Amino acid sequence: MLQYLTRRLLIAIPSLLGISVILFTILALAPGDPFEELATNPAIPPDVRAHLRASLGMDDPVHLRYFAWLTSMLHGEWGFSFVSRIPVDQLILQRLPTTIAVIGTSQIVALCIALPVGVFAATRPYSLFDQIANTLAFIGFSLPTFFTGLLMILLFSIHLGWLPFVFRTSIDATGWRWWWEMARQSIMPIMVLGLFQGAAWTRYVRSAVLDVIRLDHVTTARAKGISEGSVTLKHVVRNAMIPVVTLVALQMPAVFGGAIVTEQIFRVPGVGSLLITAILANDTPVIMGVTFVFACLVVFFNLVADILYGWLDPRISFR
Amino acid sequence: MTRLLEISGLKVHFRTDDGWVRAVDGVDIGVDRGETVCIVGESGCGKTVTAKTVLKLIDMPPGRIVDGSIMWQGRDLVPLAPAQMRGIRAKEIGFIFQEPMTSLNPVYTVGDQIAETVREHEGLSRRAAMDRAAEMLSLVNIPNPTKRVHDYPHQFSGGMRQRVMIAMALSCNPKLVIADEPTTALDVTIQAQILDLLEEMKERLGMAVLLITHAMGVVAENAQRVIVMYAGKVVEEAPVGPLFARPRHPYTQGLIRSIPRLDLAATSHQRLEAIPGSVPSLLHPPVGCRFAARCRHATPECVATEPPLREIDPGHKVACHHAESLAA
Repeated sequence: MLQYLTRRLLIAIPSLLGISVILFTILALAPGDPFEELATNPAIPPDVRAHLRASLGMDDPVHLRYFAWLTSMLHGEWGFSFVSRIPVDQLILQRLPTTIAVIGTSQIVALCIALPVGVFAATRPYSLFDQIANTLAFIGFSLPTFFTGLLMILLFSIHLGWLPFVFRTSIDATGWRWWWEMARQSIMPIMVLGLFQGAAWTRYVRSAVLDVIRLDHVTTARAKGISEGSVTLKHVVRNAMIPVVTLVALQMPAVFGGAIVTEQIFRVPGVGSLLITAILANDTPVIMGVTFVFACLVVFFNLVADILYGWLDPRISFR
Repeated sequence: MTRLLEISGLKVHFRTDDGWVRAVDGVDIGVDRGETVCIVGESGCGKTVTAKTVLKLIDMPPGRIVDGSIMWQGRDLVPLAPAQMRGIRAKEIGFIFQEPMTSLNPVYTVGDQIAETVREHEGLSRRAAMDRAAEMLSLVNIPNPTKRVHDYPHQFSGGMRQRVMIAMALSCNPKLVIADEPTTALDVTIQAQILDLLEEMKERLGMAVLLITHAMGVVAENAQRVIVMYAGKVVEEAPVGPLFARPRHPYTQGLIRSIPRLDLAATSHQRLEAIPGSVPSLLHPPVGCRFAARCRHATPECVATEPPLREIDPGHKVACHHAESLAA
């Protein structure tokens, strides 16, 4: 097992390097540079701008810039944002708690919906409950989050006025009041994302359970005289969880990356909106930092998914 | 004394898009304590449905027990609530399935799966149940049982898995074991071993066996009494000796003639006989004898009226209008 882990982590190194090369190249190929805005500012002479560019190493060839970035990354230096001059790692760490809280909770909400509803619907296929659950899941899955997000804002913030629709990081309150305000402003992004993800997972859980429920070993379990509930939990859900857990684990990088669109709609100051702002400003170090974290998470959770898979399914062995 | 198991007039129908399929249409089967009864018949004749219905293991819906009773030691199982039915399953009637490769749950060790049954019915502790599981594995001749209880099903061969299934079915000492084609999915050499094992267990534990098969050879080897089913009905029932010596129903005769025989093959160039045609649709079964269309002795009477199952010799019942004249 340890050997397997080491090998998998070693294999991850070339793929991460590859990812960073591709990212860097694409960013270099993209038009525009961070000092474009300065060009329209008459107060800054062109030679100052050129000097600024040179001081940041922007005139070097791409491969030199890449190696400069790589060596400093290896030293643990993430660089500074071109725009705000704040260290990139600090920027990311600033945004991460909000993202994890909001997006993480929404994923938990999604699981809390998908698991019971999916299992219950699959154990009574084509019943009224199943039909309703299926229809709702289909609707939830088909409506994009930017649409449901706007609908919710329209309903709860504008018509009813119950919830704020702009997320504030600085709430001037303490204790319970702070939590209450936090919950009030988080509930819409959480629900929008949670319901969307929940709808998709419900369909997945249902089909995974349906695949297992008609297998021979379930009849064997029933022939043992154990209760229907035990049959479902121990012999159906347990087996159906193998693909579901893998899917959820693979989805986890999204929790950290933030749901870019949803964060934009509700102005959640998370990692997703950081990335968007950075892209719009051609802020290469920040883009590289965020996407690189994202790539590491994808690689890491792929490994987690594989390990979970082997742990859930004894037929898989690590070699 | 009441019989151990007495199925009478059992009708099990399944709903399909085209209508009700009458998979089992009025079947009477009795099993006494300690005896081996075989149900034979070709695929789709209702053997497995009959067997599974005893423990209510068919899917309901689409299945439905339309009529009849299943008396288990004088108590009817048909109206029994699911909770009471659970007390019968495995504890009183064990069930061995056809497919050892898929009948065990791949994610639990075989020990866990056997122990689950014992814990349910005898309330043993985890440790004691595992010990019992190992004991059962050694009973069914699996080498190194204390180690192998911790193995997963995929670490066993097909024959070994069927042994595990037998161990599981016997773990609560049931009075009856229903074996639904337990050897169909196995190699010929392993088949004999499994049947011998079943026979040995039966002798040792004193239980009755209801063996479902489509192989006449298996019947001759194991059964004391044979029930021949055709298209959802019993067509002949007899002790094994008389059935092979003097089969009365043309279908039974056909089944017996379709077994390869060593003595005949050596002396003549006779070809194996097959029964022409196939089982009629159970969606709209024929009015008269269900075998009439494939029977070379069929008369207009056979097509018009259904022959009842009647006793023509003591213990020998047959459902054929011409049973007397057809004694081979």
